[in-house]
Amino acid sequence: MKVMGKLTKSLRSYEGQKALWGFLFVSPWLLGFLLFFLAPLITSFRYSFSKVEASSSGIQTTFVGLSNYVEALLVNPNFNRQLLESIMDIVIDVPLILIFSLFVAVILNQQFLGRSLARSIFFLPVILASGVIISLEAESLVQAINQQQATGGESGGLRAFELERIMLGAGVYPIIVEYLTGSVARIYEIVSLSGVQILIFLAGIQTISYSVYEAAKMEGATGYEAFWKITLPMVSPLILVNLVYTIIDSFARSPVTDLILETGFDAFNFGLSSAMAWIYIISIMLILGVSSYIISKKVFYQE
Amino acid sequence: MTISKYITFDKVKRWSWSFVRFILMAGLSFVILYPILQKISTAIKHQSDLYSPIVIWIPENFTLENFKSAMSIMNYWDTLFNTTVLATVTTILTTASCALAGYAFARLKFKGSKILFAGVILTILVPPTTILIPMYMNLRDFSLGGIIPLLTGDTVNLLDSYWPFILTSITANSLKAGLYIFIFNQFFRGIPKAIEEAAYIDGASIGKTFFRIMLPNAKPAIVTVMLFSFVWQWNDSFYTTTYLTSADVMSTQLSSLPHNLAIYLEGSTSSVDPFYLSMVQDTGILLAMLPLILLYLLVQRHFVESVNRTGIVG
Repeated sequence: MKVMGKLTKSLRSYEGQKALWGFLFVSPWLLGFLLFFLAPLITSFRYSFSKVEASSSGIQTTFVGLSNYVEALLVNPNFNRQLLESIMDIVIDVPLILIFSLFVAVILNQQFLGRSLARSIFFLPVILASGVIISLEAESLVQAINQQQATGGESGGLRAFELERIMLGAGVYPIIVEYLTGSVARIYEIVSLSGVQILIFLAGIQTISYSVYEAAKMEGATGYEAFWKITLPMVSPLILVNLVYTIIDSFARSPVTDLILETGFDAFNFGLSSAMAWIYIISIMLILGVSSYIISKKVFYQE
Repeated sequence: MTISKYITFDKVKRWSWSFVRFILMAGLSFVILYPILQKISTAIKHQSDLYSPIVIWIPENFTLENFKSAMSIMNYWDTLFNTTVLATVTTILTTASCALAGYAFARLKFKGSKILFAGVILTILVPPTTILIPMYMNLRDFSLGGIIPLLTGDTVNLLDSYWPFILTSITANSLKAGLYIFIFNQFFRGIPKAIEEAAYIDGASIGKTFFRIMLPNAKPAIVTVMLFSFVWQWNDSFYTTTYLTSADVMSTQLSSLPHNLAIYLEGSTSSVDPFYLSMVQDTGILLAMLPLILLYLLVQRHFVESVNRTGIVG
């Protein structure tokens, strides 16, 4: 009786009300999480320790311990090499994509001639780089021929030779020069990977109330200062979102994902495929954990 | 002397920035548009132009034949209708359920909500391929955690229907839903807490505060999530090929287009010119993208409008 009284009393308080509504709002997700995510996930975890055989009567599993993991890491010739390569690619690409997309989003938020046209054009990568279209694009024959004709048969015709020379001459480290010129050469790739991030940043910038900028202007802040002191902190929660998205997205495009799918569905080795998937999940978790720990210290929340 | 009066340092700075910005935007736009222009140019070419050495961009024999054959083989209008219905329904349900969950995780903390939020991050992390097979089995003998067999005595087969999409989107577990929850969560955390507290003091309940005050403030987030959800559902071939095998939707039609075309032309896949197939495939991609671009042009207005009205409204 006493417990019940305490419970109803706490539910009537503001905090109690919040907790109640919070649980109510989360409950649809929680239901789906348990039914459509956690249950299959646990099954997949079990597969990773088993030998899985599909037959007409269903799926039989026999426990084999860690041998799938051992095979993925030590026996399979491609898996660990491709995993390492993907991780390196992510470390190189993620900062580039984040900075580029924030920069473009800030520009797209300014007033200029043809802004709505530019916004429409920058939305195209979201369509082009998603689902079935990107996979079809990769194997398009006509596209490949056109590319050959356009660049005169020489791949990577777009290179910043002059820039490279000037920077090397100015005494910039060769590694940094290589990084910068390399990203210029891959500009299409970077633009097409940044579509989603640009849109998220753009939406974030638009929630910043204009009065904040006005006040800053009255106090004599320049546009440069306004960016560092207002825009950046205000969109910083979304930098975290974009970081997570970019990492997941680049992993999803990496050859490791194809390898996992191939092992599972072409070679019908579900056990090995699940083990690979689990190693892969754990490595994403590590990268995400480290990078979001660094970023989240700087993130500003209205709390 | 008089000219220098008008040309101040400030003006020069502004002009030069406008100029640089224009060049930059034009260049990047060109980079994005280039492959699409190429597709359009391919789509309106006749088959014979593919081998003509003098044709690069502008076709010698202009034709709409590629569009016609792609449309008839994709069963375009039916496919368009099916895909639009599917994408609209999942978009609306997903956005609603993710907005609720995102707000709760951001502001309505309860015991254990942090652990559950870690669960959201986990759903973003785990690639859908990992849970594909168990999920497939789960949906084939769907029991809702043992409740349905108690009522009817047997499990239900949900495959090859729209149910898997509806159920997962109502429960915020559809394609990339974790990301949407995360986006909403971060947006709501960016809205000052004082607004909510003021509403509460004025006598609004928590539910009312959410619907009347927080949601209108999060309009850019809603538009963004709806847009992503629609586009990704539209182009998704992963879930649609697994859950929905018989209905015609854009992504499956698109990926089987060359195969179907070859069968239609020759009765087999071996003897058809692969370049011609690729050409029709490109046309098909254009046809699939077109509705999405039109949709974005419609929605974009809301993106721009919201600039002036966000801040504190209510």
